Amino acid sequence: MNESLGHIFVDSLLINNFVLAVFLGMCPFLGLSSKFQTAWRMGVTVIFVITVSSILAFGTNLMLVALHAEYLRLISFIVIIAATVQLTEMIIKKASPALFRELGIYLPLITTNCAVLAVALFQTVRNYNFIQSTVYAVSASGGFCLAIVLLSLVRERVELSDVPSLARGTALTLVLASILSMAFMGFAGMGGGG
Amino acid sequence: MSQEQDNPFLNGLWKESPVFVQFLGMCPTLAVTNSVRNAIAMGLATTFVLVLTNVLVSSVRKLVPNQVRIATFIAIAATAVTVTDYLVKAISIDIYKALGPFLALIVVNCVILARAEAFAAKNNVSRSFADGLGNGVGFTLGLTMLGTVREVLGAGSFLGVSLFGPNFEPWVLFLLPPGGFITLAFWLLLFAWYRDRKARAAAAPAAMQEVHS
Repeated sequence: MNESLGHIFVDSLLINNFVLAVFLGMCPFLGLSSKFQTAWRMGVTVIFVITVSSILAFGTNLMLVALHAEYLRLISFIVIIAATVQLTEMIIKKASPALFRELGIYLPLITTNCAVLAVALFQTVRNYNFIQSTVYAVSASGGFCLAIVLLSLVRERVELSDVPSLARGTALTLVLASILSMAFMGFAGMGGGG
Repeated sequence: MSQEQDNPFLNGLWKESPVFVQFLGMCPTLAVTNSVRNAIAMGLATTFVLVLTNVLVSSVRKLVPNQVRIATFIAIAATAVTVTDYLVKAISIDIYKALGPFLALIVVNCVILARAEAFAAKNNVSRSFADGLGNGVGFTLGLTMLGTVREVLGAGSFLGVSLFGPNFEPWVLFLLPPGGFITLAFWLLLFAWYRDRKARAAAAPAAMQEVHS
């Protein structure tokens, strides 16, 4: 695999956006996008978690391959992710107690955000080297952040408008997500040169 | 409440459907439902993992200290998924390729952890088995319903069999990501409409009586 870094970046940020095109990390995307502030903080936290766990997963994978124990990959990745989330929790608690209170229960739930595990698995499957996988992790999680922030902005607006009572709630959010996803399909032509 | 607890299988199957009511496991729900075959395969794989995890969690529930239970549940789920992963690879390499990374991602499907934490950790083995099976079949049903709409509209076929003949112009959008969101949204709207109508039908005679008295 000799993809250029720029290609990886644009591809995972926009064209194959993790949320809107590959359907990863749907739970926080639908659950945490009602307010801009929360969505934005969640996005940044996820960027941090994904980047750290991607670096750790890269090292672990090298070790597993050397030991011929690839079947342990899934379990060890999960352990790494759980540890990274725990680490993030401690850092945030120390650095900003206010933010810690705001994220609340959603912080430990990052462990089951499938985007985190997916980055670790995809970079392994695609045989990215260290720099490639780090760029991949940053841009894929950046894509998640972008999508959740965009949706939260739209939802804050729609909150004020008169929606038929049947469509309130998840159905409306899904329709909005669908329209956003259609908009992101417009990026599909951009990666051709890479 | 007591009635609901009496039948964990039926409860998971429809009343508390993971797809349409609990909104758990949205990622595979939307990602692999672009054909009926993939939807069913994904549903069955998830069912298998759910049942296995529920039974294992429920049988060790008295041995695991409370502080490390989540980590234990995830390790159990990861083991079950690894087994499933190799199993599907052995059964059909086509399905394995179609499901791709989403097979391994079953481990972070919230429905697994949610059922382990909310049900299996508190109930005995046979009830947990029924709960896992019910939720799994409910999940499969939801996936199949989504997959049917998307395949029929998006490719004009059902399980790969063409329905409308060669003149049908496929509505490709439904196979693409936006179609996944919109299909689920419309299923939800349909259910909301039905519930609303039923509630009104139930309320109407009562209102009539109030007017008369």
